[in-house]
Amino acid sequence: MGNPMKIRAAVKDGVTEVKILMQHEMETGLRKDADGNLVPACFITEVKAQHNGRTVLEAQFGQSVSKNPYLVFRFKGGVAGDKITISWVDNKGDTRSDETAISA
Amino acid sequence: MNTSNVSKVVMLLALATSYVAIAAEGGVSDSDRIAQYREMISDGNPADFDEMAGEELWKKPGGPKNASLEKCDLGKGSGVVKGAYAEMPRYFKDTDRVQDLESRLMTCMNTLQGIPEEEIAAKPFSTEQKNSDISTLATYVVGQSKGIKMAVSVKHPKEKEAYEIGKRIFNYRAGPYDFSCSTCHATSGVRIRMQDLPNLNVAKDAQAAYTSWPAYRVSQGLTRSFEWRLNDCFRQQRFPEPKFASEATIALTMYSAVNANGAEYAGPGLKR
Repeated sequence: MGNPMKIRAAVKDGVTEVKILMQHEMETGLRKDADGNLVPACFITEVKAQHNGRTVLEAQFGQSVSKNPYLVFRFKGGVAGDKITISWVDNKGDTRSDETAISA
Repeated sequence: MNTSNVSKVVMLLALATSYVAIAAEGGVSDSDRIAQYREMISDGNPADFDEMAGEELWKKPGGPKNASLEKCDLGKGSGVVKGAYAEMPRYFKDTDRVQDLESRLMTCMNTLQGIPEEEIAAKPFSTEQKNSDISTLATYVVGQSKGIKMAVSVKHPKEKEAYEIGKRIFNYRAGPYDFSCSTCHATSGVRIRMQDLPNLNVAKDAQAAYTSWPAYRVSQGLTRSFEWRLNDCFRQQRFPEPKFASEATIALTMYSAVNANGAEYAGPGLKR
């Protein structure tokens, strides 16, 4: 179970803007620790965003995305109070899902 | 995922925060671009996570005495966190000295939780492997002063003295490079590489600098405390590393904080 994310969603003129800050190490698997051993890869592979259960965004992440990734996207539709659910899966099978309500 | 869903996505902006390339535009200076970048990611400051973790640490019983820090007096009374940082450093009667936030937290961890001060001072800063508790706690406390005007007092003689000592250290040239803080921070409109250097003798610059620390350093992936920042200044000047929460660092913090008086505290900040 991953660490919680921070999600903000606001609707303006019929377009909802969603801002997500995820908490993840995003290790590339190419770095070495102080003893010279490789730090095992650990990164988010998939992110999914749902609006009232309907998928509005799917993204595939890789090693090039930074630690604690920040993602902003907009989609048409959505009214205040609607539920936005964000979930991610990493290469180790760990997963996290958080939700928020759209604010006006 | 079907195509109609894809078409609904108006814009996707995935930031590999360490490598943001902003298209070169004629006439836009580097510092403007940095400002644009800050604006873009200002809602996504990972220091928020440290604030959350710090709040948990504040409320969780710990140490040999298995007590929480909720009774810690940061100067505004037992357990008052809101706005405390905007009035620090300050003189504390019980310890009979001027303390900055981190030295005060150290006192509280020692008296309330029974953790020896040497143990706390042994790991004062976060590393890639492990976050430092005191640094995380500080991030939480400063977050509770967001939007509150800086009002650090120099009324008490010891506060005044700390300010004067801080001022002297700021201007004191020494070390193999014959450097002082003022070598870099007492001239307006200069920079190191792409970084504009604030002139800390000018209120506007001093306020902007002080009120944005502690801050999340994108290049290090860590939230850094003000003690850490001062420590790094000493390192860059090739001075001996100051003792954590020493009189010298508290005095310099006092000098910086008083110069920032009147500005709204805006941290925890976000730095390159």
